Amino acid sequence: MLPTPSTSHVNFDRVYEPAEDSYLLLDTLSAPSETGFLRQRFNALSRLDHTNSSPPLVLEVGVGSGVVLAFIAANAESIFGRHDVLTLGTDINSFACRAASQTVQSAVQESHSHSIALDIVNGDLASCVRPHTVDVFVFNPPYVPAELPDFAQHAAFSTLSKSDSSTTFEQDSYLLELSYAGGVDGMEVTNRMLGQIPHILGPSRGVAYVLLCAQNKPEEVKMNIRLWGPEWRAETVGSSGKLAGWEKLQIVRIWSEVSS
Amino acid sequence: MKLLTLNFLTCAIKSCKSSPASFPLHPRDATLEIIESDLNLAFLRNILPRLMWSELCTITRELGLPALPETVPTGEDMVEKKEGEEEVASQTAKDLHRVLLETGIREGGLVCGNCGHEYKVLEGVGNFLLPGHLV
Ligand SMILES: [Zn+2]
Repeated sequence: MLPTPSTSHVNFDRVYEPAEDSYLLLDTLSAPSETGFLRQRFNALSRLDHTNSSPPLVLEVGVGSGVVLAFIAANAESIFGRHDVLTLGTDINSFACRAASQTVQSAVQESHSHSIALDIVNGDLASCVRPHTVDVFVFNPPYVPAELPDFAQHAAFSTLSKSDSSTTFEQDSYLLELSYAGGVDGMEVTNRMLGQIPHILGPSRGVAYVLLCAQNKPEEVKMNIRLWGPEWRAETVGSSGKLAGWEKLQIVRIWSEVSS
Repeated sequence: MKLLTLNFLTCAIKSCKSSPASFPLHPRDATLEIIESDLNLAFLRNILPRLMWSELCTITRELGLPALPETVPTGEDMVEKKEGEEEVASQTAKDLHRVLLETGIREGGLVCGNCGHEYKVLEGVGNFLLPGHLV
């Protein structure tokens, strides 16, 4: 078991607290089957053209407390077999950006990892990321079938007002809704993100990990991804909890297999 | 916000992505900070092919930082050869580490060269949310 990064500094009134879904991502990414896949894909020596020798960029969208990105940064050597992994994150909640930045930096320091922690930026999904630069993409989306929050309040709710030193209850409720409410089938945000994935992943070695719950109709989601083109693959590589015979949560790995 | 982060960011407006002018984002009225970190020689050597060098030169020029070499350094440029000793980081490597990983934008703006939109950096955190995202 690789150590779980500390998030004791995070205020969970307004930032999503690590839960079963977060831990499923950690377990999946550090499972021998997945590290085997990643080590092969990112092994600098495995390809003659040396396109693999440049440091992999890991992007997590919706970092929340930062526990998943921090885990990857701190354990990059075990997961990728490399000392030069770059991490980048985004979150729509500016409080999460600050909290996650600290989580990642502390985890890298404590683990004496050689990973390079770039910034956690405040943004909508991966809209500000330069196309085809991401090698490993991770997304624990707002997947609960629940009405999306009222984004009209975002500007007012995403920062502390000058006169207040703390957030209000309404503000906290809104910020937490952003982290779990996924609209119809819990898929509205995930579908927007899936639409961006082919544009952000690097062409030869990009791979994405997206968490889904049973209500998201994961089999349908995977089938739709395979329709992106003949080179696209989507497979369940981790799961937890049974709900009436179905996996409650699962991690889908999305990648393209370019024939060489 | 580290300058290396800017190597991977572009204007968040969808219609800007196809325009070369949307990258890099141009710093405006930036207050810089230095946060020291350990130099990772293997990383510096490996990252070279991933750097958009001329755009990086543009950013450092716009920030008034010391000029970078006109062409991207090679892996050998990163190491100062010393007989019978461990590899030592060259001055070029130290300068590059300083620029990419220790120099950050604390406060200021980042402007898209295509649409002119200015993204704010507050306390080191860049805000790339657009009003359109939130409707
Ligand atoms: Zn633009």
